[in-house]
Amino acid sequence: MKNPTPSFFKAMMAIVRKDLAAEFRSRELLSAMLVFSLLVILIFNFALELDVKVRESVTAGVLWTTFAFAGTLGLNRSMAVEKDRGCMDGLLLAPVDRSAIYFGKAISNLAFMLIVEIIVLPVYSMLYNINLFQPGLLLVILLGSIGYIAVGTLLAAMSVQTRTRDVMLPILLFPVAIPVLLASVKASSGYLNGADFAEILAPLNLLIVYDLIFIAVPLMFFEHVVEE
Amino acid sequence: MQTKPIALTILDVVSIIVLGISTYLALVFAPTEAVMGDVQRVFYFHIGTAWVGLLGFVIAAVAGIAYLITKDMRWDRFEVAAVEVSTVFFFITIVLGSIWARPAWNTWWTWDPRLTTAAVTELIYIAYFMLRQGLEDPEKRARFGAVYTLLGGLSAPITFMVIRLFRTIHPVVIGNASAEAQGGFSMTTDMRTAFFFALFAFTVVFIDMIWHRLRLGALEEKVEQLKLNVSL
Repeated sequence: MKNPTPSFFKAMMAIVRKDLAAEFRSRELLSAMLVFSLLVILIFNFALELDVKVRESVTAGVLWTTFAFAGTLGLNRSMAVEKDRGCMDGLLLAPVDRSAIYFGKAISNLAFMLIVEIIVLPVYSMLYNINLFQPGLLLVILLGSIGYIAVGTLLAAMSVQTRTRDVMLPILLFPVAIPVLLASVKASSGYLNGADFAEILAPLNLLIVYDLIFIAVPLMFFEHVVEE
Repeated sequence: MQTKPIALTILDVVSIIVLGISTYLALVFAPTEAVMGDVQRVFYFHIGTAWVGLLGFVIAAVAGIAYLITKDMRWDRFEVAAVEVSTVFFFITIVLGSIWARPAWNTWWTWDPRLTTAAVTELIYIAYFMLRQGLEDPEKRARFGAVYTLLGGLSAPITFMVIRLFRTIHPVVIGNASAEAQGGFSMTTDMRTAFFFALFAFTVVFIDMIWHRLRLGALEEKVEQLKLNVSL
């Protein structure tokens, strides 16, 4: 351990590369998340009868519900793959810091979620004739996704080890992630309705605080969750 | 296993007595509130149970950290005891609040920030029990439980702050209420007596219950051990 920083970074990037390479060859996860997201939007369309008036007030909510559900799908799958094929044990045997494994998994999960969002946003914009490409809104989506994935990756590592693992993740994740979802919805709808920046600042600050806390906590406790 | 300690028996009796006195203070001694009438008397137990409910969740998070550092199963038992007792007390808080809200706000439930936070907190701790149930290895159960109480203990206050961005109608009797609060009142001296005694009474009951739950946890472990010995 003469110089731990490069090896930490290298280990982290190796995991990210592995996940992305595996995904771009199989495209299992992304296609599932994407089709699922579009279906959720479709269901909302019927459930809420998204006409012009309703749309303005509920767009932020619909988007974040979709992202949250699709995110859960991705998180569950990405951890289950590690567990099923015994990859997790291999990763744990590697002489790298446990938090490097956490960050590697979190970054690749975040990448998948962002890819899905990048495709869902223009589709939603087109279908409902709303301009979602505002820099502020994109920033909120990025911050919200970071917080959601940061805590989600830790909880997914826990839930795949339980007996009822397929249903466990949303149950564990949603109540804990409510602050990030609430703040994201609040900030997003602020941007969509052209609210004053002063009004958006409060949820934005909370998003940043949440992101920092829920990156720091897994960093400290991830090893307790994966060790056998 | 040793028999029930005498101190615990004494504490049982004390709990029953203080709870009795607190009930008397809340239902008879405290003056009837001018606007809301007798239903305001729910308030004393509402705050009492809420106080110990939240106290237990904080204790659980601290016990969780202590477990992760020491890996001593006694901390895990302490954490489970705190969460279990608090989840019940917190549920009682929500039910009592609901009983009060029906006449005061004219609805059993509303998606008011304070109520939403309470519901979310309760759900976190229900999820905690589901997580523990899904794990067989006691050591892993303890580790995961500790991490989850910690996440829950951090997330609940943030939910509370986020939700403050929306408006609240929940009254704040101590400190400043928001302008929209409905059903607030100011306490007289006798009300204050009943109020603080309720806090005290529920704290005693809480300690008593935690103690019982700790003993139960130790007994559970013993039974598990005996079963293991028999099967060997």
